[in-house]
Amino acid sequence: MATSKKQNFSRRAFMRTSGLAGGGLLIGFNLFHACKEKSNFVPPADLSKLDYQDFNAYIKIAEDGTVTIFAPNPEIGQGVKTAMPMLIAEELDVSWDKVYVQQAKLDTVNYQRQVAGGSQSLRHGWEPLRRTGATAKQMLVNAAAAQWNIDSADCTAKEGVITNNKTKETLGYGDVVNAAAQLPIPEEVTLKKPKDFTIIGTDTPNVDIDEIITGKPLFGVDYKPEGTLFAAMARPPAFGMALEDYNATSVKKMDGVVDVFTIGEKARKLIAAQPNIAEILSTSDKVVILAKSTWQAFKAKKALETKWKEVTPLEDTKEHDDAMLALLDGKEFTTMREDGDVEKAFAEADQIIERTYEAPFLPHNCMEPMNFYAHVTDERVHLVGPIQTPAWKAGAVAAMLDRKPEDVTLEMTRMGGGFGRRLYGDFVLEAAEIADRVRKPVKVVYSREDDMNDGIYRMATKYRIKAGIKEGKITAYHLKEAAINSNMYGLIPNFFPAGAIENYKVDVASHKSNITTGAWRAPYTNFLAYAEQSFFDELAESMNVDRVQLRLDLLKKVNPEADERIQYSPERMIKVIETAVEKSGWGRKDNVYQGFVNYYCHNTHVAEVADVVIEDGIPVIKKVTCVVDCGIVVNPLGALNQIEGGIVDGVGHALYGDFSFKDGKPSASNFDTYRLIRMKEAPIVETHLIQNEIAPTGLGEPTLPPAGGAIANALKAATGNRFYQQPFTKFPELFQPKEKEIIG
Amino acid sequence: MPTYQINVNGKQESVEVASDTPVLWVLRDHLNLVGTKFGCGIGQCGACTIHVDGIAMRSCGLTLEMISGKAIRTIEGLSEYGEHPVQQAWKEIDVPQCGYCQAGQIMTASAFLEQNPTPSTEEIKNAMHGNICRCGTYNRIYKAVEKAAKDMN
Ligand code: FES
Ligand code: FES
Repeated sequence: MATSKKQNFSRRAFMRTSGLAGGGLLIGFNLFHACKEKSNFVPPADLSKLDYQDFNAYIKIAEDGTVTIFAPNPEIGQGVKTAMPMLIAEELDVSWDKVYVQQAKLDTVNYQRQVAGGSQSLRHGWEPLRRTGATAKQMLVNAAAAQWNIDSADCTAKEGVITNNKTKETLGYGDVVNAAAQLPIPEEVTLKKPKDFTIIGTDTPNVDIDEIITGKPLFGVDYKPEGTLFAAMARPPAFGMALEDYNATSVKKMDGVVDVFTIGEKARKLIAAQPNIAEILSTSDKVVILAKSTWQAFKAKKALETKWKEVTPLEDTKEHDDAMLALLDGKEFTTMREDGDVEKAFAEADQIIERTYEAPFLPHNCMEPMNFYAHVTDERVHLVGPIQTPAWKAGAVAAMLDRKPEDVTLEMTRMGGGFGRRLYGDFVLEAAEIADRVRKPVKVVYSREDDMNDGIYRMATKYRIKAGIKEGKITAYHLKEAAINSNMYGLIPNFFPAGAIENYKVDVASHKSNITTGAWRAPYTNFLAYAEQSFFDELAESMNVDRVQLRLDLLKKVNPEADERIQYSPERMIKVIETAVEKSGWGRKDNVYQGFVNYYCHNTHVAEVADVVIEDGIPVIKKVTCVVDCGIVVNPLGALNQIEGGIVDGVGHALYGDFSFKDGKPSASNFDTYRLIRMKEAPIVETHLIQNEIAPTGLGEPTLPPAGGAIANALKAATGNRFYQQPFTKFPELFQPKEKEIIG
Repeated sequence: MPTYQINVNGKQESVEVASDTPVLWVLRDHLNLVGTKFGCGIGQCGACTIHVDGIAMRSCGLTLEMISGKAIRTIEGLSEYGEHPVQQAWKEIDVPQCGYCQAGQIMTASAFLEQNPTPSTEEIKNAMHGNICRCGTYNRIYKAVEKAAKDMN
């Protein structure tokens, strides 16, 4: 395949086996590249002593043939806790109903580079996890062959049963586990061909489904062992403020309040040593209220008298907007990619089109507010909760509390959403600082207001795109980004239309703010896709060419072989576009206004068509048809859920997501003032998956970015109005169809 | 602090809490019924939905006074092993992503179908409109409610 050459899937998993004390076989394995071969490590014979320092995941095969996979990745909502064990079970060749999945703890010492639960987990685990399953199967086969005194090649294994091809005798996996535990690990194994898959590619329900529908404690916020104290914190009411004073006299007398004190000193010490922590954590003191229950802590926090002072400027959205527009007008850019000579091409162009697209800050609003458990004693630091970067945070806690890294254990729970917010464990540091002081088990729980107002937001961003057209061809393309605090990462400038236009340039600039910003589901592309795909539509309109044909013609010019930086595949993109045209009834529907987009990010190719109809004079987004090429689909049932969710999320934030600042204070603090998409506003999503045999790529993110563009283009078709700013509902006048436009 | 008698999932429980403690926190912190979730605390998201005498209500806005003498049902008591048709439909359609909002969705849907066993498309959408799912599982929530309605008839 043309696209697989740049992707390296041949990382070997590091593996060791041992017999279990009570019988059975235990395989410890370590995924990814961060582990070192340490040949003297052996998994423990006693399951209660599973040590995740050396192996980050285990497979147990019991004497009765049941298989338990200690899943290496926690669940954040992207289905990896189901899909990753499916990869192991496939190559192990057991039937899925004999497989139990348990959450593994993470090795926070050796597992440095891992980000847990993200949409790329599957892509990275694709080969190592299958290899682990295949190795285990080979050992079982070798054990059976030894027992029959035949060559392993004369055995076949299927659904947990090994057959002697000569005598037709059979042995179950359980019958040979103890013998297999004594055998050496085979050096080379053969992986299955995709056509032989029996588990990969089948609809497999979420492994936690029974617990979810019956309300079992699964999430971080549910973890609170007997004796836990609950902590609420009074935090600066605006970015730029810090604590001046507080009075806790009356609060200390309230029911259930155990103590009131400030934290911040240790955090500041850590920031002094690791300045980048300041990007996610305020340097102000926070007033902690420790109480016997969550409600008592919340209530006391409300009653606490606090005084705050301005320490850095209190910023306004208006200033940010002006600053970003000034950046776009100016010349101070970092060039991320430059092909040919855009200035010359603009000078020679017959026509120049330039547009600016704008997006606000966005909070993540995970349904489960931020929370974490910490218990610090002289022996250890025990941390439990929902976090995607356990190693990073365990290390930061060790540094902050002056402890040895081995003193810190961090257990991850299921996460009530992430969307990028749970990459940053500011709340882990808070819990640890509190627990270090009180030396009792402590649970930090954010209220929704804390969660929304002490966020690490999607940065407000503006794009200005300029294209030069000469003799009916796009000869120049210049994309400029102005964003708060940071700019797009290095892969993005090489996404489409890079490689398709001779003179092409991507420039970025940022404006420093004291508002904390960070990754938000599909960073940068979550807004860029809308801007570019709206712009392509405008280009097609002004060039008077078919909007789909314009995209296809550009794609046909791309030669990824000639440019190492280009990772998208024009063929795969063309295929999703053509499929979307066919499946959506593009251009062939009456009384339906459609918007077309195609996009590539997270290694996945997507095309979407939004359908808008006019009901009672108002455009309504009815449906989005989506075509996705994400390589082999490990679990279609889970994949479709991700795709639908991504589109609903993209549509919702493009329509409603509005968040701004006045004097450093956020404009919304809960769901009464911040609007999220709800049932009646969600379009029906119809998904078509491209079938191929390419290794799986990301799924949690790629369908979100283009969704905003799809509805913007459909709304333009329906109303004649172009939306240049998100959220669209901020401009109700644009929803009024222009009379003449809706006739055609 | 006053002591209250409450009837939760068919059991009589006694709790000693301040009179303004929302039922949500009584369930979660005092009775350890953590299936009922905290999402907003102001009646906007539906994550905390429970049944009060069979009616779906937001437990974050209820005090013990308000439910005195009434029967409370939480997700843990909807059925013994998850066999309620709404739970089964949720399982079959594989609705959840992160799963956090789903107990509230299931409690809203199950109370709604009790009242309206043969709902129209619009009625299902209206009934579920008050429950936010940040992961955007609305397509599947709709399908699961529709399926549960069929299965219950
Ligand atoms: S927590 Fe009660 S409605 Fe949101
Ligand atoms: S499944 Fe995550 S909020 Fe609904």
